[in-house]
Amino acid sequence: MRNVYLDNQSATPMLPEAVAAMMPYFTEAYGNASSLHQQGLRVREAMAKARSQMAALINADSPDDIIFTSDGTESANLAIKGVAYANQRKGNHIVISETEHPSVINSIEFLEKQGFVCTKVKVDKEGMINPEDIRAALTDKTILIAVHHVNHDIGTIEPIKQISAIANEKGIPFYVDAEASAGWLPIDVKDWGVNLLSFSAHRFYGPKGVGVLYRNRKARMISILHGGVQEGGRRSGTENVPAIVGGGAAAEIALREMTTRMTHTARLQKRLWDGLKAKITYIKLNGPEPGPKRISTNLNLSTEFIEGEGQLLLCDLNGISVASGSSCVSKSLKISHVLGAIGLDHALAQGNIIMSFGKDNTEEEVDYVIETFGKIVTKLRGMSPMWDEFEKGVIDSVITPTGRGKSFSQHAADISGKAAH
Amino acid sequence: MSDTYTLYNSTVMDHFMNPRNMGDLKEADGIGEVGAAACGDIMKISIKIKDGKIEDARFKTFGCGSAIASSSMATELIKGRTIEEAMNFSNQEVVDALGGLPPVKIHCSVLAEEALKAALEDYVKKHPESAKKAELVAA
Repeated sequence: MRNVYLDNQSATPMLPEAVAAMMPYFTEAYGNASSLHQQGLRVREAMAKARSQMAALINADSPDDIIFTSDGTESANLAIKGVAYANQRKGNHIVISETEHPSVINSIEFLEKQGFVCTKVKVDKEGMINPEDIRAALTDKTILIAVHHVNHDIGTIEPIKQISAIANEKGIPFYVDAEASAGWLPIDVKDWGVNLLSFSAHRFYGPKGVGVLYRNRKARMISILHGGVQEGGRRSGTENVPAIVGGGAAAEIALREMTTRMTHTARLQKRLWDGLKAKITYIKLNGPEPGPKRISTNLNLSTEFIEGEGQLLLCDLNGISVASGSSCVSKSLKISHVLGAIGLDHALAQGNIIMSFGKDNTEEEVDYVIETFGKIVTKLRGMSPMWDEFEKGVIDSVITPTGRGKSFSQHAADISGKAAH
Repeated sequence: MSDTYTLYNSTVMDHFMNPRNMGDLKEADGIGEVGAAACGDIMKISIKIKDGKIEDARFKTFGCGSAIASSSMATELIKGRTIEEAMNFSNQEVVDALGGLPPVKIHCSVLAEEALKAALEDYVKKHPESAKKAELVAA
């Protein structure tokens, strides 16, 4: 069966160069980086190279500011808890946006149980944060601002430089989650003036199991894993050397090929969205239009009158790998908090699909997806009582209202006895 | 390809891909449409009654794979049952016939039970004599 992989935001296939770079560190160079003999020193040198490669990707001044972790979640936990605990004598207030990743939101919920306080700044309908809202949320107790560079679900590119200017003006540490953007958009921690920034290698053709937290000396941070003095005492635990080496190799290539990859994915993104909206009625793009406000790798779509998991399953049966933010896909039965935050109607959040591109996708694949997805929508609408009721004028479309009938949400509430969510 | 991985077991996948009894009944004797507040899914079941038995059933579902499979299976199971038997229908029958559902998806089978019962209630409302016959007079 053919496989059109459109879930590149979840994981990417590894580059052969990255695999090749890793191989010796499983078998011949197996030393522990803390050891002082030849085996240890060899590994230490390989890690130093990877540190420089990671630093270059985000234009960090010093490789010493790169801390290797296990993944993005650990980096977020270390950044947030590490900075919060280190600064708790100064204050207890943290400012984030309401569309942050669960590793950020849940780390903060953990801190809230210990007396920290959080303000979640709202976003607009495209998921954009207004930097002035961040400024307005700050108090004299604020010890950390945490904002993502790009939203993982809807691809919004946030105004990091402006937020950073505010953070610097107030002298508050600023942490940027760059999981969704590293390797796909230029990142310049020096120019932006951010204090902490995290990313992972598996988003740009490196291995899983290696995350990076950049932290400069302006941000005080304590360790949250206690043990040996690996990573300068900032992150204890034996380093995952092969993954670190492979991640470094992938970072170097990502930096070199960034423009090519961006141009390529932007072309596919436009082709797919243009093709889908021409073929399918009552379909909506969530987040900004393709262009300067949206990362080129992501399309987040809501197709009305059908549900997201059915779309995902039928895509998969046709060899197309996608993700969904619908409640049926989540284990909690809740729609994605990001879709809720942008005020997306529940009916549209239910019909949600996320397609994310990579360097290896082709225009021919995009054309296949347009054709196949059109058929999937027709099949699911044929099974959907909502499509019937829309056609009969009982309920109306949210995307293109006809003025006839009640809203889907109203109808759903009427027959279930209460509003969903 | 040697391996195919599926989110649900093969019975559920079969009922999702090839749903039985999907559609509407032109002259339905009872129609039930219910929504799940928990997840937002909506299910509609239409039934045809003859001589006190469910002669035919159809469904339409806005929902995930297991919701579609549950409604497909429920309509298969209830055909030929008397109104009284159908009134005692339980979601567990759907779960069992499907060979199990993931715990988080059990509510899909509950929705199928509720849609069926709503359709029966609709029929009984229109035909009160049938309720008496089946001793199903609502309190």
